[in-house]
Amino acid sequence: MKIRELTCIVCPRGCALKAELGEGGEVLSVSGNLCPRGKTYAIDECTNPMRVVTSTVRCESGAVVSCKTSRSIPKGMIFDVMKEINRTVACDGLKIGDVIIENVLGTGADIIATSMG
Amino acid sequence: MNTKATKELSAELVIVGGGPAGMAAAVAAYEEGIRDILILERDDNLGGILRQCIHNGFGLHRFGEELTGPEYAYRYEKMVRELNIPFMTDTMVTAISPERVVTAQNTEYGIFTVKAGAVILAMGCRERPKGALNIAGTRPAGIYTAGTAQKFVNMKGYMPGKEVVILGSGDIGLIMARRMTLEGAKVKAVCELMPYSGGLARNIEQCLNDFGIPLMLSHTVVEIHGKDRLEGVTIGKVDEARRPIPETFEYIPCDTLLLSCGLIPENELTKDAGIELDRITNGAVVDGDRETDIPGVFACGNVLHVHDLVDYVSEEAAIAGKAAVRFIRGEGKKDISVQVKCDGKVRYTVPQRLTEIADTRIYFRVADVYRDMKVTVRAGDTVLYQKKKQKLAPGEMETVELTRDMIDKAQGLGAPIEIGLI
Ligand SMILES: Cc1cc2nc3c(=O)[nH]c(=O)nc-3n(C[C@H](O)[C@H](O)[C@H](O)COP(=O)(O)OP(=O)(O)OC[C@H]3O[C@@H](n4cnc5c(N)ncnc54)[C@H](O)[C@@H]3O)c2cc1C
Repeated sequence: MKIRELTCIVCPRGCALKAELGEGGEVLSVSGNLCPRGKTYAIDECTNPMRVVTSTVRCESGAVVSCKTSRSIPKGMIFDVMKEINRTVACDGLKIGDVIIENVLGTGADIIATSMG
Repeated sequence: MNTKATKELSAELVIVGGGPAGMAAAVAAYEEGIRDILILERDDNLGGILRQCIHNGFGLHRFGEELTGPEYAYRYEKMVRELNIPFMTDTMVTAISPERVVTAQNTEYGIFTVKAGAVILAMGCRERPKGALNIAGTRPAGIYTAGTAQKFVNMKGYMPGKEVVILGSGDIGLIMARRMTLEGAKVKAVCELMPYSGGLARNIEQCLNDFGIPLMLSHTVVEIHGKDRLEGVTIGKVDEARRPIPETFEYIPCDTLLLSCGLIPENELTKDAGIELDRITNGAVVDGDRETDIPGVFACGNVLHVHDLVDYVSEEAAIAGKAAVRFIRGEGKKDISVQVKCDGKVRYTVPQRLTEIADTRIYFRVADVYRDMKVTVRAGDTVLYQKKKQKLAPGEMETVELTRDMIDKAQGLGAPIEIGLI
């Protein structure tokens, strides 16, 4: 049995988590979390780490609008997703929540605006 | 300046600064029934510094969801707009008098005054530019505060450089390490003078560890190299007295140095008004209502003390907003005066004094990293309350709840309340 120590990134509390791992790397138990989100995070982190990506996108007028993935994406795809965002020119007049790229690289996450264009 | 004023306005409540603190204070005052409010903001829009903080992690407490900075700010901007709370942007406040006359200027009115029933100070904070001053070497282009770099990258879409060293491991520095990396820069190291980071654990994890960026604790930049443009920095380990150890010096080529050496409340106006400031927080000394020693002048948000979490900024601003309304209505009762002191391990508290027997949440920060301590509230020799904490760190703001009972007891004993660690 192996113990993996993690820092939860779900909220600013940053709980120190301990995940107990089985033979096949499966998570047997999680401790140290103050809320259920911490447990989900530890399981994902040990099996398939996920991250929300936040960035900016350029609009036709040259304005810069902030954006994010609508849900977390596999950590290994962060830079691929960044490339997609950076080769996109968004239309002007974006509103918060507007979809800029749908289902980016098949991750199931959309790139959505987080500020007003 | 007052003599030159071209226009004299008045408002029941004037709020200086339209960031999250100013907006939340305005909304709280509106909810208490005041309509004659005026927010004065020097930037071209409401929102404050959050407009450039495009990363997520805001609002989990306040809204129960994870928002980015601009989204969080917009929630409040929308409330302000929908409630038709009056505000002026591109308007800089230049003075506040003890009689609560606010002097400001903009292109429409020139210099003008607003006579206020109550004033809320919500000017936020700015980055300490200090860090760089005592480093040896040249002063080439390529050295920025992390916040300035954040503004360039996130609001103008302009990258300040390709190879980066960051001095200081405050949250803005950590966030910028990741941001610059995502945009293709190589962040070679984050140097932290102290043996621990000033940033949140989650940011060390997701901003540095995720990208293999080394966090070099007890390290500093000892020399800056380059003529016109930064060419590199020499970094070195420091000993316990924080003196650089020459044997450890190492040259790192880079074209950008970001300084993330802490935030400092922006209190020139407060100082000029003659309001008492706290030496440690660099913000005003306030009571539980966030009222300063000038009656009817309140302060909240980062101008009062640096918050890690904007959620707490909103919470504190609502306290100030509501209390300002009570003041305007002549209901602000101040029946006692109990000082809140700290023991040194606890560096500061907000509020610093209590003027009312009411349940009060005390915010505090500690001076060092401590493990397995008891947060202790005492009055004289009497211990009023204790709670165990596994870990306390300077980077994380803590709270302790004072009950009416505890305050009543301290008042009876005629002793200050002391918050400490044992
Ligand atoms: C560069 C920087 C980056 C930050 N990044 C983060 C982060 O990533 N995450 C986080 O949780 N917190 C961050 N913070 C802390 C953040 O400031 C707070 O969470 C929150 O924004 C504080 O709200 P506030 O309203 O008190 O201050 P601010 O958001 O700073 O708002 C103050 C407002 O007052 C205005 N103002 C100041 N002086 C005057 C004047 N004389 N007249 C008129 N208007 C005036 C300013 O223009 C500004 O809009 C950052 C702070 C800085 C300085």
